[in-house]
Amino acid sequence: MDALTVSQVNRLVKGLLEKDETLQSLLVRGEISNYKRYTSGHHYFTLKDADCSLRCVMFMNDAARLRFTPADGMTVLAAGHLSVYQRDGQYQLYCASLMQAGEGDLTAAFEALKAKLAEEGLFDRAHKKPLPRYPMRVALVTSPSGAVVMDMVRIFRKRWPLCKLIVAPCRVQGQEAPGEIVSCLRYVNNNALADVIIVGRGGGSAEDLWAFNDERVARAIFASRIPVVSAVGHEPDVTIADHVADLRASTPSHAAELVSPDKDELTMRVASLRERLLRAPFTERASQNVRRLTDRLLRAFERQTLSCAQALAVSAGRLRALDPLRVLSRGYAIVTDESGVAVKDAQSLKAGCRVTVRPERGAAVCVVESVN
Amino acid sequence: MAATFEQSLARLEEITAKLERGDAPLEESVKLYEEGSALAVECEKILADARQHVALLATNADGVVEETPFAVESQ
Repeated sequence: MDALTVSQVNRLVKGLLEKDETLQSLLVRGEISNYKRYTSGHHYFTLKDADCSLRCVMFMNDAARLRFTPADGMTVLAAGHLSVYQRDGQYQLYCASLMQAGEGDLTAAFEALKAKLAEEGLFDRAHKKPLPRYPMRVALVTSPSGAVVMDMVRIFRKRWPLCKLIVAPCRVQGQEAPGEIVSCLRYVNNNALADVIIVGRGGGSAEDLWAFNDERVARAIFASRIPVVSAVGHEPDVTIADHVADLRASTPSHAAELVSPDKDELTMRVASLRERLLRAPFTERASQNVRRLTDRLLRAFERQTLSCAQALAVSAGRLRALDPLRVLSRGYAIVTDESGVAVKDAQSLKAGCRVTVRPERGAAVCVVESVN
Repeated sequence: MAATFEQSLARLEEITAKLERGDAPLEESVKLYEEGSALAVECEKILADARQHVALLATNADGVVEETPFAVESQ
């Protein structure tokens, strides 16, 4: 068997440690000793209990987020992962965050879980899924009773009635809540029931919201293939669920607004597209053509109408002219005086003047003998 | 299933942009214009006629999860 170099051994051990899931997401309680800040900005210290000690390092970026000044003798919770500093063959805790154990258990547990999940990458931007622009199915993972779900339904009704809403009912506070929230998230995912999920509840005390700081809930949100919008409580409450979700809304109503496109805006957009279609160069040209053709048609029609009217007038005239002749055919005659004017009154004539008598055919010039 | 609203709207936008560029041959432009007009009408109709369906997931007596009507108080 070939001898290994020291570097190779240290690399092997490092690889081994980094493969272990437990060691990569650790929360350690201990007492600080030998705390040192290096000019590089990194912090080095040792955590101790009654029997043992563990070397720790906290890099500059993480150390910058410390909310207290660590000092020897303090009992703290350290979140981070274990690895090997190869140069020294020394394993150590790479500490992502530190909190004072005395801060109150809820806060400490919250900060610790947050640090652990952050370390694991559950909050990373890279994992955030984009929301669908026009969701057709939206799942509401929340309590089915109460104002919160109704408020959301009302907002969807007003803004985006095109989508189907699926209420996945669960308790949102108390011991059973995390398990039920997780079941709903899984059920909606496994049955591909929705394009986007809103998970949330109305505001309440820190204890009321605690289900949304549960590690199981955080992991179920992270595991969801369907984008998840978290909507917990009111503005200042930021839960672990909010950090893991693809998008965080400050309230359930806000979540409904973020998820739903506005129907009225879309109606306006469609109307403006229709308008643009009408103004497009092609359409403009086409409609000019149509106008030109229409004009020609109209003019042609007018001409046609005009000649019709003329024909009509001529015919009517002819009819009028023809009419007396029909009278003549019945044996009447027209009498005109010397100037050719029809005689309507015998008093206009004198004895001795000439008149022309026209029956249906021919004419006879006659001399008037007397006028009565 | 008929095209979704999203697809119809996207196609309408595509057609509008294309006609606005004005580089399609006349015959194609006529077809595009007709299609675009029809899509606009369709989109307007979808938006105007939409009625929301709200379902509540519930476990029935056999332990099967099913969708049940969710009573929404009217405004």
